[in-house]
Amino acid sequence: MKVIKIDKNTWASGIDSLRSGYRLVGPVMQGDAHDFKELTSDEAPDMAFGNTRLSPKSVVFPQSEPMFTYSLDENDPEHHILKDAPKDYSARAVIGMRPCDAKAVALVRMNFDTPDYRDPYWMDAYDATTFVGLACDNPCETCFCTTAGCGPYHEEGLDVLLSDCGDTYEAKALTEKGEKLLASAGWDAEGDASVFEPKKADAEAKIVTKVETANLRGKNSLDLYDAPFWKELSFSCINCGTCTYACPTCWCFDIQDENKGNDGVRMRNWDSCMTSLFTMHGSGHNPRDQKHQRFRQRFMHKLKYFVDKYDKGLMCVGCGRCVQQCPANIDIRTICNKMNGYEAAS
Amino acid sequence: MESYIGKIREISERLLSDGTVECVVGFRKGTVALTNEPCMITKAEDAKDLVWDANCRLNLANYLTGRKEKIAVIAKGCDSRNIVNHIIENKISREQLVIIGVPCKGMADKNNPESLQDNCATCTHRNPVIYDELCADLVEEQTDVDKYEDVRAVEAMGTQEKWAFFEELLSGCTRCYACKNACPLCYCPTCFVDESRPQWVGKGTDPIDIRTYHFLRAYHCAGRCTDCGACEAACPQNIKVRQFTKKLEKDCNELYGWEAGLTVDQRPPLDSFKLDDPEKFIM
Repeated sequence: MKVIKIDKNTWASGIDSLRSGYRLVGPVMQGDAHDFKELTSDEAPDMAFGNTRLSPKSVVFPQSEPMFTYSLDENDPEHHILKDAPKDYSARAVIGMRPCDAKAVALVRMNFDTPDYRDPYWMDAYDATTFVGLACDNPCETCFCTTAGCGPYHEEGLDVLLSDCGDTYEAKALTEKGEKLLASAGWDAEGDASVFEPKKADAEAKIVTKVETANLRGKNSLDLYDAPFWKELSFSCINCGTCTYACPTCWCFDIQDENKGNDGVRMRNWDSCMTSLFTMHGSGHNPRDQKHQRFRQRFMHKLKYFVDKYDKGLMCVGCGRCVQQCPANIDIRTICNKMNGYEAAS
Repeated sequence: MESYIGKIREISERLLSDGTVECVVGFRKGTVALTNEPCMITKAEDAKDLVWDANCRLNLANYLTGRKEKIAVIAKGCDSRNIVNHIIENKISREQLVIIGVPCKGMADKNNPESLQDNCATCTHRNPVIYDELCADLVEEQTDVDKYEDVRAVEAMGTQEKWAFFEELLSGCTRCYACKNACPLCYCPTCFVDESRPQWVGKGTDPIDIRTYHFLRAYHCAGRCTDCGACEAACPQNIKVRQFTKKLEKDCNELYGWEAGLTVDQRPPLDSFKLDDPEKFIM
């Protein structure tokens, strides 16, 4: 695993060199917070950011994505034939992704790249993207990544991991894609691999908030499902989509056809299990028409069903966005600990 | 306002232990700095968990609609006006409620805790308009505040400028619907955004759909909105969504001399008709 030393004096010119081979995406201040966006030719990624309000999952999974176009005009010889919507899957690089968000992409990939099915939209975007991560030396007080299977120096899902060392970045190339990107930027000075371990330990020690997860796998699903605490825990929830939209591991989507006159497009949009419409059946029956049922579903999915299905830990990377942004102060940490500690009355 | 909490807890404990109510809706301390979580307590001994401070931004009237039991609710000025609205609109009956009134001195801006939240800075109804118990003495109402300075600034803009203003305002909207769901007025079993067959509003991020949602929601709030600010407090993207509702509030005020939720004895202007209603905008 190569480690390259990037002198910060060469950072801007390296980024500029990358622009010819990659569309760059990075954290940029937008109004009062950072968000990931495609960088224009004179924009640079703001490497001093904490984390973005919305996760970078939209790089591979845009909130609204056209899938097909079609014409309803019966005079058109190709009417009612679905045609692929034009896409740009040219090479792209996300610069400055946090390790939690990168691990989230790796977790979500398990849904979109299975032995039975490969989602072309998500996977083509993913294959075209190189993920350059920035390790967190100053985690936020709501970050609980170390007990959510992740950490401030976690490497899963990244092609390169950068550690900020003051005047330089030490860049660990984790994959071939990562090596290729570093070479494209012209960064080739030999780096110092030994800085990573101690910095990682320092950063991990700064994480003050933790969740307890050891018992989740062993709990009986139906016991947790029938637990009496869901109604109380869900009281303040207003069933908006804030948590699902901010969450890097949420991947549910809805497919809609939108027509204007005779022209149509089939769109894939983010959907949220927090909404009543999410489980509305065509018959009019809704198996989750009450708030506490939807609330329970979200946390059971993240903290139990996913755990059982894949044996890879939580479907949560501890980024803390839902905790910070929930209007009603629903806290996944509280719920996780409650689930982990629950003993069914016998 | 920290001194209020002693009285709030005492009243809540009493109402629960003597069986006057089955539950009390209030706030408990949040797990994140500067946040409190709306909660419902059903046991008298849990009254000690209730808190009250400048982070009680959500409108607790939002949690009342459709409930069947006898409830005590902690209500600041704006919350109490929304309770009046609920009573007028048959979403809850007066007899079900024991309103613990809070004379409010304003909530802290969630992003700038040294300042008052925007709507609180120009509030003229800090005292609850309807209550059964009070947790403190009534406070002096602010007079001489210019509630609509920002609305007039937008009204004065030319068409292109206005368009750009609203385009910019809504640029961060992800349609999470936190604003709608935090709003006590939005209680429709099927919101217009969820209608299908036919679908009223697209579900994607097309700016046309985003604007349609905000404009239409604002119109549904016209004559009912109390400017409680829960919508802006809830928005994770810090969008100033009150720009829409404040304009309509100003219009109702100027056209009908109306302020929402002050008395259960009068129906809102868009709900009722008088022969001398102004018609300038129709004719």
